[in-house]
Amino acid sequence: MIVALNVGLVALILGLAVWAIVAREPFAAVVGFIAYGLLLTLVWVQLHGIDVALTEAAIGGGLTGALLIGAATRLRGTEAEARAERPGPATRWLAAAVSVAVTLALAACVLVLPVPAPTLAPEVAAHMAATEVGNPITSVLLAFRAMDTLLEAIVLLFALIGVWSLTPDRFWGGRPGLRQGYDANGILAYAARLLPPIGIVAGIYIFWVGADRPGGKFQGATILAAMWLLVMMAGLADAPPIRRTWLRALLVAGPLAFIAVGLVGAVRAGAFLAYPPGLAKPLILAIEFALMPTLTLILGLMLVGTPQRGDTP
Amino acid sequence: MSLAVDLFSVIAVAAGAFFFLAGTAGLLRFPDAFTRLHALTKADNLGLGLVVLGLLPQVGGVVAGLKLVCIWLLVQLSGATASQLIARGLRRRGAPP
Repeated sequence: MIVALNVGLVALILGLAVWAIVAREPFAAVVGFIAYGLLLTLVWVQLHGIDVALTEAAIGGGLTGALLIGAATRLRGTEAEARAERPGPATRWLAAAVSVAVTLALAACVLVLPVPAPTLAPEVAAHMAATEVGNPITSVLLAFRAMDTLLEAIVLLFALIGVWSLTPDRFWGGRPGLRQGYDANGILAYAARLLPPIGIVAGIYIFWVGADRPGGKFQGATILAAMWLLVMMAGLADAPPIRRTWLRALLVAGPLAFIAVGLVGAVRAGAFLAYPPGLAKPLILAIEFALMPTLTLILGLMLVGTPQRGDTP
Repeated sequence: MSLAVDLFSVIAVAAGAFFFLAGTAGLLRFPDAFTRLHALTKADNLGLGLVVLGLLPQVGGVVAGLKLVCIWLLVQLSGATASQLIARGLRRRGAPP
C-alpha cells in the first residue's frame, strides 16, 4: 500500500518536473514548480527527514515560489519578444542532450554508491552530547558544520544587497516595493489581521523547538517573513526605507554575532567557531537568537524587492 | 467498538476523498473561472473537513486532534481569502460574474 503511494508520488513529481520545463508560459511553469516543491516535501517526510521537509516547504516551495511568481509577472511584458528569438533546433537539441547527460551522470553516481552508503551519522551521534543540543540536524548545522551556516547567512545578505543594487539612483534609500492600497473592509486586510498572531506564534515555536526537535531559525524566519509580507501587502504597514540605520544594523547583527562567537572560540577553544566546553548550548542559542531577526528581515525584504519610491510613504 | 470507530474513519475519509475528486472534476470541466473557484472551495472545506473528521478518532490524543482541527480552519481561512482575491481580480479585469 505504502509502496503504491510512493510510486504514485514519484510519478507525480516526475510529471510536474517535465511540466515545469516544457510549459510555454513562465507563470504556468512556476505554478508547476511550486506544486513540485510541495510534493518534494512529502518525499522528505517519507524519508524521515522532517527538518529538510520543513525547509523545502518554507523555502523551496514557498519563498522561492513567491520570488519566481514575481519574476514571471515582471517578465510578462517581454514574453513575446523572448519567443520571437527562440533558439534554433541545433541549440535546443544540444541543451536537451547536455541536460539528459547530467541527469544520467547524477543517477549513475547515486547507483554506484556502496551499500551501506558512506555516512558520518554515527560520528555525529557519538559526539552530539558535547553540543548539548537534542536535534542532530541543529548540532550539525551550528556545531560540526557551523562554517557552512555562517557563510549561508552571509550569502543571503549578499543576495539582498544584489536586489538593492538594482535600485534606480533617484530612489536609493527609499521604501522598497510599490505602495499597497489599503481597503479597511477588504478580505486581504481581514486575513492580515487574523493570521499574523497565529503565524508569529507558529514561527517562534518552530524556531524554539529547533534545538531539540525538527525546526529551526530558517523555517521559523520564513513564517515570520511571510506574516510581515502579508501585513505589508494588505497595506496595514509600509516597508521601511532602506536608508534606516536600525534596519541596516539588524541586517548585519546576525552574521556579526556569529563571527564574534567564532572569534571567542578562536581565543578560548583553539579554533574559529569552536565552542569552549560547557558553553556550547548557550553559544548556539545566542547565534540562533541573533540570526532570527536578521533572517526574517532579509527574507521579507528580498521578496519586496528594490526601492521604487522615495522616503515618503 | 474499535471496528465501529474504524468504519466511521474509513467512511468519512472516503467521503472527503470523493469531494476532492468532485472538486478536481469541477476544476477541469467547469466553463469559467468563477464556477471553477466554486468547485475548488467545496473540495477544500468539505473534503478536508471530512478527512479531518475521519482521522480525529485515530490520532489518540486531544492535542493532536486539536492540531488537525486547526489545520482545517487555517486551510479554510487561506482558501476563502485566496478565492475572494482571485474573484475580485477577475471582476476588476472585466470578466462577467
